[in-house]
Parts: sequence; structure tokens; C-alpha cells
Amino acid sequence: MSNNGKTINQVQDQIIDEFSLFDDWMDKYDHLIEEGKDLQLLDENEKKQDFLIEGCQSRVWLKPDFDGEKIYFKADSDAIITKGIVALLIKVLSGRTPSEILETDLYFIEKVGLSQNLSPTRSNGLLAMVKQMKLYAMAYKAKQKG
Amino acid sequence: MFDINKIRSDFPVLAREVYGKPLVYFDNGATTQKPARVIDAVREAYDSYYSNIHRGVHALSDISSGKYENAREKVRAFINAESKKEIIFTAGTTASINLVAFSFGERYIKKGDEVLITALEHHANIVPWQMMCERKGAVLKVIPINDDGSLNLEKVNELITGKTKILAVTHVSNAIGVINPVKEIIEAAHKHNIPVLVDGAQGIQHGHVDVMDLEADFYVFSGHKVYGPTGIGVLYGKRKWLEDMPPYQGGGDMVDRVSFEKTTYNELPFKFEAGTTNFVGAIGMAEALDYIGSIGMDNISKHENELKHYAKERLEQLGGLTFYGTTANTISILSFLVDNIHQYDAGMILDKMGVAIRTGSHCAQPVMSRFGIDGTIRASMCFYNTKEEIDILCEGIEKVKMMML
Repeated sequence: MSNNGKTINQVQDQIIDEFSLFDDWMDKYDHLIEEGKDLQLLDENEKKQDFLIEGCQSRVWLKPDFDGEKIYFKADSDAIITKGIVALLIKVLSGRTPSEILETDLYFIEKVGLSQNLSPTRSNGLLAMVKQMKLYAMAYKAKQKG
Repeated sequence: MFDINKIRSDFPVLAREVYGKPLVYFDNGATTQKPARVIDAVREAYDSYYSNIHRGVHALSDISSGKYENAREKVRAFINAESKKEIIFTAGTTASINLVAFSFGERYIKKGDEVLITALEHHANIVPWQMMCERKGAVLKVIPINDDGSLNLEKVNELITGKTKILAVTHVSNAIGVINPVKEIIEAAHKHNIPVLVDGAQGIQHGHVDVMDLEADFYVFSGHKVYGPTGIGVLYGKRKWLEDMPPYQGGGDMVDRVSFEKTTYNELPFKFEAGTTNFVGAIGMAEALDYIGSIGMDNISKHENELKHYAKERLEQLGGLTFYGTTANTISILSFLVDNIHQYDAGMILDKMGVAIRTGSHCAQPVMSRFGIDGTIRASMCFYNTKEEIDILCEGIEKVKMMML
């Protein structure tokens, strides 16, 4: 997914702006569902156990692609709201260097009201997704150095 | 006289809102709300006579000990046990099952023996037995269920062998609400001299339980699911078993005499109550049982049954719902999926409409596997719920369908 030359924080601010239009939770969810529809999905054969993120009530697959400089993520989920959440993360973090991903403070999560989904026991696995993205970044960073 | 408005006003939390909408609490299978008199009883224990039980010679300790033993008597009466000695206070259903799995296992289970459970069990009535079987080299066997969620009773006699040492069965399925014919199962097991543990976590709050009539060898439940505090539960055990089983945990209060060479154990029920128990919880739970008594279990069952039928009818009218546990003999738990909508998506939307339901596998993954699904939406209702709340749930489901389909 391309960032259209925007910085990570520009993308985060844009997401915050978009969500600020909605007072009602249902409208926020509608928007989240729309975001999920824009997600570049995995092919069925890419939905492998390897890419499955543990600890979610819904299934989430996250596949990284590293071109030596930047990481590109693709993802899918069997739950629509979860798909929207992972789509937002991808919007912010896909097409970034491992260092950028590792250093990013994902402040948009709290600002759009998703932080209640961040506790470790929450079932949508937002925390698990963020952790997995950072883990991939760490691994590719080590590879770059090596 | 069953006055729903009066009953609802007994539960302070039911008056609150979530996300600016009235709370519709349909997660009673996970835990129930507390009436003010239970909260008051707990507060009173800390406010006015709090002191450790069975220890001091002083006035407060006497009061605490008296209230605690009085709570034991109330539990005994509630389930019609023969003796107070058969009522062990534990931390909850899970703790009670672990106690039996350990102590019964130590005393009676040898390599190659068999433990029989059912495919309807909560993880709490699977894993402790699995752990014991692993420790002892015993084998866990499972009574299967039919497509309507009922137990396949024909298999019971087939699965009971000369090696079967104990049978553990849930009174009511937490995941799909099915009521098991425990009396029949106990009778069948007793023909082969096999004791039966009944997991009453979802049974005790929905109908009369009479352990002598059931002839249950063990009956376990939690305080928090029967309108009492969290962290307190009950193990009822027939005296002959409890006398013969070794203690589970060692510590204070469970001993008779201690020396470094040899310790002798206290008599029942104290032998199984090591350390300072949650006596305030026990006092609160006894208050909850009194409260239920004041409403009347028959009234409770009747209202809950009405809710179940109304909810089933209303939800069916929405179309596209698949129910799990379709046998007629169920409590006021409805477990279902809506079209091909993920239960998690539905739960998130319903939450924001003020409706608290549970989604997922309900700590009963084998039940979900049996139906080839990951989870369901579970609406578990109880006597303080109303038809109006069911209407709100239905509006919520319609909203879910609109957004997701």
C-alpha cells in the first residue's frame, strides 16, 4: 500500500481527522468497516498458519514483504471490524523502514477511541497485531545489519 | 408475587447506562449482578465484626466464626445436603473440581483407570481431570453429544467399563444452555458403583437442586454465578468420600495437631479448608441464597422460561439465525450465529448499543468444535431481565445485519 509520500504521523493525523467527523459509535464502526474494504487482501493460499496472529477471538493473518529497505504488509481477518482495525495499522505502518516502524508511537489508536481494545486480554488482538508488526520490523532490521 | 420492577431495583448496577444507553445485561452465564443486600452484607462484615474465623477467643472472632458457620448451614439447606460437614467452601467451581480431581485421584486412581466426562463440559471440568489422568496414567473418556446438543445417553453405558472410577458431568452447559438429565446419569453410574461429580456452575441459579434426591456424590458451584460475591464457591461431597479422600492443600485450620514428625488433620469440613478462607465471601453468598429464597426458585424458573421462549421466538423472526443447543430442555441461554457474520463483529456492535453478551467459545472449545464453529453469540438471561431488553437485543441484531451484510 502506498503512503502517497506522507510521513507516518501525517497518516495518523489524517485518520484522526476522519474519525473526528463521527460522534456516534455506529458511524465510527461503519467507517472502520469501509477502511477494511480498502485493505489489500491476502490470497487464500497465503492464509497460512505462519501468518496467523495468536490471541485474537477472530482470525487475523498478517503477511510482511521486505524489499531490503521497506516492509509492506498485507492482511486479512474473518471479522469485518478487525479487518478495519488492521487496515488502519497497515495504512500507517506499511511501506516504512524497519526503524520507522520500531520508533513509531501509534497515538492515533487512542485518539480514535480504539485504545479500549488495547488491553492484553481484549479479544480483537489489536495489541497482538501491533506487536507482530514490530517483531517483523525487528527481524528485518537485524537482517539489514547482518 | 413476582414484581420485576422491584427485583430490578434490588440490583443497583442495573440502573446504569453504558455509552449513554441503558445497560442490557445478558452475560449472566459469565457472572451475575449482586443485589444490594449482598453488597450490604459484605460491607457489614468489614464494617462491624471483621475478624479471622476459628482463631481468636475474642468477641469479633466469635461473631465472624458464627456468621461463617451459619453461611455453611444456609448452603446446606439450599442444596439439601445431609450434613454441614459435607459443605466445603472453596474459591469457586474451578477450585472445587481441582480439589476433587486431585484428592479423589490420589486416593482412588491408578494407571490404566478411566475417568468419564462429557462433550458438553466447560474447560474447568475437562482440564483438572486431564491433569490428574496425566499424573496417574489414567485415561479420559468422553460421552458424545447429539446434533441438538443433548448428551448421547446411549453411549453412557457403553463407555462405562470396569476401569471407570469417576464420572464428571455438567448440570447445565454454559455454552449452549442444555440441561443434562443428571439424575438419570447418576443412577446409571451408581449401578456400576461409579461416583458422579456434577458441575453446578450453571445449574444452581436456575432451578431447585437437591443433592440427596439426585444422589450426587459431588456437586460444585460458584458464589458469583448465584448473585453472591466472587472468589467463593462450594464443594458438596458425600461424607463417605470426603472422609476417605486425603487433603488437597495443607495449612492452617485444616490440621488437628502439627509436629515436624507427623501432622494429623482436622475433621470435616475443615480438613479441606486450608488457610483463611474467603469467609466474607461465604457470608455474602449465604445472603444471596436467602435473597433467592425470598423471590422463590419456582418464580425465578418460570420468569426465565418465559424470557427464553420470548427471546427464541423474537430472534427467529429476524431470520438468518442458527441456534446451537436446540433440544427443548435448556435454561435461559441462547447461543447462536447470525448469517455468516462473525460473532466478534456482532458483539462489538451490540456492546455499543448497551447490550452485554458474550462472544467466542465460552471456555468450551470442544463444544464449538463439535458444531464445526469457532464460537457463538451467547445471550444468557436471568430473572432480573425483561422482554423489553430482549427487544433491544433484537434491534441490535437487526443493526448488526444492516451493517455487516
